[in-house]
Amino acid sequence: MATKVVERKPLNLAERSYLPQIVGGLKITFRNMWKPPVTLEYPEQRPNIPDRYRGVPTLVKDPNGREKCVACQLCEFVCPPRAIRIDPGEIPEDSEHAHVEKAPREFKIDMLRCIYCGLCEEVCPEEAIFLQDTFSVNGLSRAELVFNKKKLYQLGGTLPDSHYKWDKKRDAAEKGGDEH
Amino acid sequence: MNSEKHDNLISVHIDGEEVRVPPGTNMIEAARSIGTEIPHYCYHPKLSVVGNCRMCLVEMGMPGRDRETGEPMLDEKGQPKILWMPKPAVACATGAAPGMHIRTDSALVRSCREGVMEFLLVNHPLDCPICDQAGECHLQEFATDYGRGYSRFVEEKNVKPKRTRLGPRVMLDDERCILCSRCIRFCKEIADDDVLGFIDRGSYSTLTCFPGKELANNYSLNTVDICPVGALTSTDFRFRMRPWFLKQSPSICIESSVGVNTVVWSREGTIYRITPRRNDAVNDTWMSDSGRTLYKGVDSGDRMNVYTLEGRPADAGAVLEECVALLRGGSVAVVGSGRSSVEEQWMLKRTVEALGDEIPVYLVGRTEPGDGLLISNDRNPNVRGALLTGLMDTLPAATLDDLGARIEAGEIDTILSFGEDLCAAGLARGQLKKVRVIYAGTHHNDCSQRSRVEIPLLTVFERSGSFVNQQFRLQRFSRAIPGPEGVYSDLAFLALLHARLTGLRPMRPEPAEIWKHLSREIAALRGIEYDRISDTGVVIDGSKFAHLPFCEGKSLHYEPTAATAVS
Amino acid sequence: MDPGQLIIFLLKAVAVVLAVMTLAGYTVLAERKVAGWIQGRTGPNRTALPILGAIPVVGTFLRRLGVFQPLADVGKFLFKEEPFPGHVNKLYYLLAPALAFIPAMTTVTVLPFGQHDGAPLVLANLDIGILFILAVSSLGVYGIILGGWASNSKYPFLGGVRSSAQMISYELALGLSILPVFLWTGGTLNLHAVVQEQTHVWFLFVQPLSALIFLVALFAETNRMPFDMPEAETELVAGYNTEYGAFGFGLFFLAEYTHIIIGSGVFTVLFLGGWNLWLPFPEGIFGAVLSVLVFLAKVLCLVFFFIWVRWTLPRFRYDQIMNLGWRILLPLALANLIFYAIAIAVIDRVL
Repeated sequence: MATKVVERKPLNLAERSYLPQIVGGLKITFRNMWKPPVTLEYPEQRPNIPDRYRGVPTLVKDPNGREKCVACQLCEFVCPPRAIRIDPGEIPEDSEHAHVEKAPREFKIDMLRCIYCGLCEEVCPEEAIFLQDTFSVNGLSRAELVFNKKKLYQLGGTLPDSHYKWDKKRDAAEKGGDEH
Repeated sequence: MNSEKHDNLISVHIDGEEVRVPPGTNMIEAARSIGTEIPHYCYHPKLSVVGNCRMCLVEMGMPGRDRETGEPMLDEKGQPKILWMPKPAVACATGAAPGMHIRTDSALVRSCREGVMEFLLVNHPLDCPICDQAGECHLQEFATDYGRGYSRFVEEKNVKPKRTRLGPRVMLDDERCILCSRCIRFCKEIADDDVLGFIDRGSYSTLTCFPGKELANNYSLNTVDICPVGALTSTDFRFRMRPWFLKQSPSICIESSVGVNTVVWSREGTIYRITPRRNDAVNDTWMSDSGRTLYKGVDSGDRMNVYTLEGRPADAGAVLEECVALLRGGSVAVVGSGRSSVEEQWMLKRTVEALGDEIPVYLVGRTEPGDGLLISNDRNPNVRGALLTGLMDTLPAATLDDLGARIEAGEIDTILSFGEDLCAAGLARGQLKKVRVIYAGTHHNDCSQRSRVEIPLLTVFERSGSFVNQQFRLQRFSRAIPGPEGVYSDLAFLALLHARLTGLRPMRPEPAEIWKHLSREIAALRGIEYDRISDTGVVIDGSKFAHLPFCEGKSLHYEPTAATAVS
Repeated sequence: MDPGQLIIFLLKAVAVVLAVMTLAGYTVLAERKVAGWIQGRTGPNRTALPILGAIPVVGTFLRRLGVFQPLADVGKFLFKEEPFPGHVNKLYYLLAPALAFIPAMTTVTVLPFGQHDGAPLVLANLDIGILFILAVSSLGVYGIILGGWASNSKYPFLGGVRSSAQMISYELALGLSILPVFLWTGGTLNLHAVVQEQTHVWFLFVQPLSALIFLVALFAETNRMPFDMPEAETELVAGYNTEYGAFGFGLFFLAEYTHIIIGSGVFTVLFLGGWNLWLPFPEGIFGAVLSVLVFLAKVLCLVFFFIWVRWTLPRFRYDQIMNLGWRILLPLALANLIFYAIAIAVIDRVL
């Protein structure tokens, strides 16, 4: 691309005195003074959270109340600040969800470390962890800000499921498990 | 490779690269020798070949010869013309032949692998998130290489039992099994405990135990190791941690004098499992189930982790002073351990020398019948180290009767036990009352309760060093996890004690540093540098001790010499 | 002077000081409010007094306006822990805020702020009023330099050095720019005389260039944007007061805003006709109050102008400030002086 030399005109006296520009600036700020404020008065007014907002990572249950996390630890692996810590465990055989076999015994996210990148949500093969709309995290101690499994489920609640992967699997087992 | 075999080598061409291998080598091993991996599931180098997974199909060809003249056929460029077989061959069951050409990455081979993968994945469940094998699963690896990424299989997948208990330590998930039969062959050929087999046909084929039997032998967990998928899982490791989080540290099993090579898998100071490490001269790729549980002692409740004086926690420096006072203040006997490393035994010997000339030194023998495979009769991993370093000149007795007699005779005032429970070694409580005991050990026991000074020691997983196994093979082990806070390593404590007794500067408690002295002082160890000991160990000349009646019997890769064999 | 007179005089002095300090407090509020409005925000709107704030409509209105905010600010400055950095020169560190504040308040004494039956309302009607103001207010720079130096830390030091250079540079232009005014009034330096001279025409219209130079120099002298070199928070953290907190910072803060008010007052007196509104004030107390209110209104407009400019213009670069001061304003002020000197001589001769 050829360079085009733009001619820079020398400033005239009025421009060099800055005064017209200063007056112009003052006009602008004076006009601005009469416009309504664009700010939100936070504790009373709450912001509209967009659909794809990345808030606090939470654990969710499926509509049948099954905890979706199977403690595969991929989020723990992918987490850049290493905020996630999972203690995997086995689902006992007498449980309603025994067919899933594995679930976290404890699931901790250190919210002081979390950077809200959303990689945990992206990597999760079970669609169990979501960055939802909670944005205000506060506490009085460091320990309080390490969210445990109970707190994460409390924040996450239930989300719709489009697969019911494990339930389909259980149904298949009940239908044709020993058919041959 | 040594020279007399050199003439026998045959030459094969793998992907155009010439490689010379011993006759009888199959294609997989031949390719492996030049770093080319031929994917396979059922083949295992230490098991018989069955060739039932069909994953290792390669293209094979031989240089053509004119039928009439017998002259080599040449192509346009004057090169030997290769007659490629129209169908692929299984690499595991095909031996390399002179002049053979192999293609491991042609279009045909790739399509074969893709076809095999697609069939294997037809009924394979989408279990990876909950499957313990994920991360070290051959099916996963080859699926990323040769899988198609989506399934053409629209029918319902087969459903098989997910939680079958094959034995006390092994669980089976039938859905994941790809019917490679490695576990069956292992039980039949290595463990000599033929309990596994397939039943039913086609896609309903299922691995199972023979009626009335279970997979309970002491080598059952090897089936979990060799399972290429997540079908067989260890009940101990099941659902506990992902393998990709675990740090692998090479170690040596201290179960017996076989010196099984192991890998310790740990994360942040916690050991999760121990698996065998391949050493074709010692343990091949196997290890015992009992050896895999030894890590549980590390975090057990009776672990000693503070220095104590008269039962009260004390500063390490104060304990050191008390040790010096006790050792200087009367006649001393020293009990070493066959579980200490070569370096520690040498350091102990130096300490004994610093105390005086006529100090009686004992070791505690642990003779129990072995299994003739990977557990020998001698349950001390390092008796030969004590012999080599000169700490002992005879084989240890099973009990400390001689020491007991000396105590009764009032000849002993102080006993320094470095790693051995004196009560378990045959000293009576009354006898211990007559002497002052300095007990160094890893766990609390009767002896520690009766000792004046307690010195916490580290387990084998928390320190580095070397052992000499029954073959006089010197093998290194390295630290997998840190020891308890504020505890000196065995070697460091001995170095400090030695320095206090002699007034010299303490030696740097690193095995490599100790080995500078060892290789200088001990004839049999001359020329060995610690950092250069290979991963499979180095064999030391033990002929000096050939007259000693070692208790080991025959085991894998070990044949007792006639002179030392004791029935 | 008898004791009764003295007490009345003291009461007057205290009243004026209190008024100026209150004004300074609310100037801070105005600054925050105006900044908010200009930037599309609301500004302080949370602080409320227990009873006043609870009045249904008025209380809410006052709270939204932030009227109670200065009280909270003062309370905070008074009761906050006084941090005392370990590396400072203690005596001068403590002295500096007082040294900044005292000259600012002292200048109030000679500033006439109204009339009562033709006599000026002023604490001390000095004949050399303007000289006193110039002399005392320029002492304020010592507080800033001392604060910057006593803090024994790089940013305050830089702030202090900059402010001394800046103040000296603009003081010349400041002084020269008002000389024509006093030439015009016939040689007196009494401020009341200047106000009386403007009964019909403000000097702003007679000597616009003088007014402009004085205004610009005033901005520089009060360290206001675009001349806030001593603070320059984007470059120097907080400039000369970086190491100050709580009451020490409060005094610096108050001194700055007092300077603005006094500066506006002086400008009003010199160029905006003081309390003159082209109309004669009625006799008695009513006229007095009216004149004070007019004066106050002018001052407040000027204060608003100060704030408005601050949130409009960016900061000059240091070399630009020096350039403007020495190479533009000073020659301009000199030329201005010579022009008016000749003009006045000519007019005197002609008339």
